[in-house]
Amino acid sequence: MQKSDYKSRALVNAEQLLPGNQTFTSITNDIAGVPEQKKTPIQWWLLFGLALSLLGVFAGSLGYLIWEGTGIWGINMPVAWGWAIINFVWWVGIGHAGTLISAILHLFRQNWRNAINRFAETMTLFAVICALVFPGIHIGRIWVAYWFFPLPNQMGMWPNFRSPLIWDFFAVFTYFTVSLLFWYTGLIPDLATLRDRAKTSLRKKVYGFFALGWRGGNRQWQHYELAYLVLAGISTPLVLSVHSVVSSDFATSVIPGWHTTIFPPYFVAGAIYSGFGMVMTLSIIARKVYNLGHIITLEHLDKMAQIMLLTGCMVGYAYAMEFFVAWYSGNPYESFAFVNRALGPYWWGYWAMIFCNVVVPQFFWFTKYRRHIPFLFITSILVNIGMWFERFVIVVITLHRDFLPGAWAMYSPTIWDVAIYLGTFGLFFTGFLLFLRFLPMVSIAEAKLVLPESNPHHGDDH
Amino acid sequence: MANYGVIAKFESPSALLHAAEKVRDSGFTNFDCHSPFPIHGMDEAMGLKRSKLGFIIGAMGLTGALFGFGLQTWVHLVEYPLNISGKPYFAYPAYLIITFELMVLFSAFGAVFGMMFLNKIPRFNHPVFYSDKFSDVSSDAFYISIELTDPIFDENKTKSFLKEIGGTDIEVLSDEN
Repeated sequence: MQKSDYKSRALVNAEQLLPGNQTFTSITNDIAGVPEQKKTPIQWWLLFGLALSLLGVFAGSLGYLIWEGTGIWGINMPVAWGWAIINFVWWVGIGHAGTLISAILHLFRQNWRNAINRFAETMTLFAVICALVFPGIHIGRIWVAYWFFPLPNQMGMWPNFRSPLIWDFFAVFTYFTVSLLFWYTGLIPDLATLRDRAKTSLRKKVYGFFALGWRGGNRQWQHYELAYLVLAGISTPLVLSVHSVVSSDFATSVIPGWHTTIFPPYFVAGAIYSGFGMVMTLSIIARKVYNLGHIITLEHLDKMAQIMLLTGCMVGYAYAMEFFVAWYSGNPYESFAFVNRALGPYWWGYWAMIFCNVVVPQFFWFTKYRRHIPFLFITSILVNIGMWFERFVIVVITLHRDFLPGAWAMYSPTIWDVAIYLGTFGLFFTGFLLFLRFLPMVSIAEAKLVLPESNPHHGDDH
Repeated sequence: MANYGVIAKFESPSALLHAAEKVRDSGFTNFDCHSPFPIHGMDEAMGLKRSKLGFIIGAMGLTGALFGFGLQTWVHLVEYPLNISGKPYFAYPAYLIITFELMVLFSAFGAVFGMMFLNKIPRFNHPVFYSDKFSDVSSDAFYISIELTDPIFDENKTKSFLKEIGGTDIEVLSDEN
């Protein structure tokens, strides 16, 4: 067959996802070049300073909380789950995009994920760490947090495994561990790249230690690829289970507004929505600071916006369906809970959620907005504000007025609620910025797989 | 100072794949193909058997599930029966979530540590690291290594064979530097 002007799909794909004439060498140089920079960019130091300050706020307010007790928060009797649980659900939700991108899109052979999966997985790790802080401190006596674990003890006590709260602990703990293993497995070949390029003996030793002596032989790749595929395969039901289990904390209770079967899928869709929002925010910053516009391209941002549109519509559908079922059930408490969400004293929380989660993503129907970087940046932040309000609506607005008006109360956070929440951003960004500085933010080995030359049949005319 | 084997460089993934087929066809068994990323079809080209990792993962997953279900049953029926509103002790539907989570957790350990076990890593020193050029394999180079322990290995013949099938930068590596 003659070589014609016809372009294979792989070629077209590669042109969009890796524009310019890139080779295996240039990809290595571009990505590995970032952690190898001699001089750290000034923007990095500014952000790191900010993150460290917030980390200080976190440490200080956490210390005061442990010293003084949860009385420093704004929680009261109907609203016993305040910001701590909102923040827990919010951070866990953000974590979901990481696994979705690395596992589910890997199974669907979506090559475009290769530029953003490392990023998203790292985001997952730190988001889940931030999330795990909250149940730990919410129990009040953090020094007995190990009671979550089913450990034999001198009191002869065991957890109640029939409670969704302990399911939640197992789900999130498993999720964190599996995400960490997945992330590290993906890093091994890249750590070997950094080891082989290291100029100083310290770098060679540290990267070499974590690269485990990877040699890139096919006898290693064979097991490695299977391990990676299986990890993706088991992470897929895992990620769907995690937020479903989180939603069971609410749905298995008898509180009107919580006791619904729509919760698991609705929580999962919302989690993916907010997670993509966060990946978008972070990748727009990183590609700007490190000039990686040719690796994390507009095409990637466009595809992420499409997923946000899809999941945004799913949560919008869930909001509508909740209302419909509340009315259709004929249960007066249930109907009241929903009318109170939209028209009660916290109406602004509800409408902020509707605006950010239902109205804003509708712009993503249009290519123009999906490829407009400042617009994407602002909307990606709005998405996460909206998702925070969603959890505010679920936790606070539902709890503050339940069955008997005599038990109603208003809720407002204290400065310590706010300080701990802002502090978790310090924890998140300190970790994330250290990752950007010392590890390859895009998977070097996987980014090469997008190039048509990586296919051994490239150039064979058959 | 004992020799370890011979390495030869190839130009591209497809050159490596075709070379691997020729190495396999000439009867070598103790060789490896090194590349910066996994190459599709290389397992067949090298004549490798299917990875045994699946069995390790399956066994671990089953262990996790049995352990999870068993732990909950034992705690609620034997060790610490806790009566909450008269709900059943053997509430098996409620046990399924932790059973599932532990199955996933154990399978993940099986996948990662099983992979390390089968790959014989961590292993920090290896003769291929003594070559200066070989380190490019984690960036943009493609190498075949044939080990001395291969039954049909003969230093000179193997060197000329690798050259014949298109290898360049042929190097003989030793066990010690």
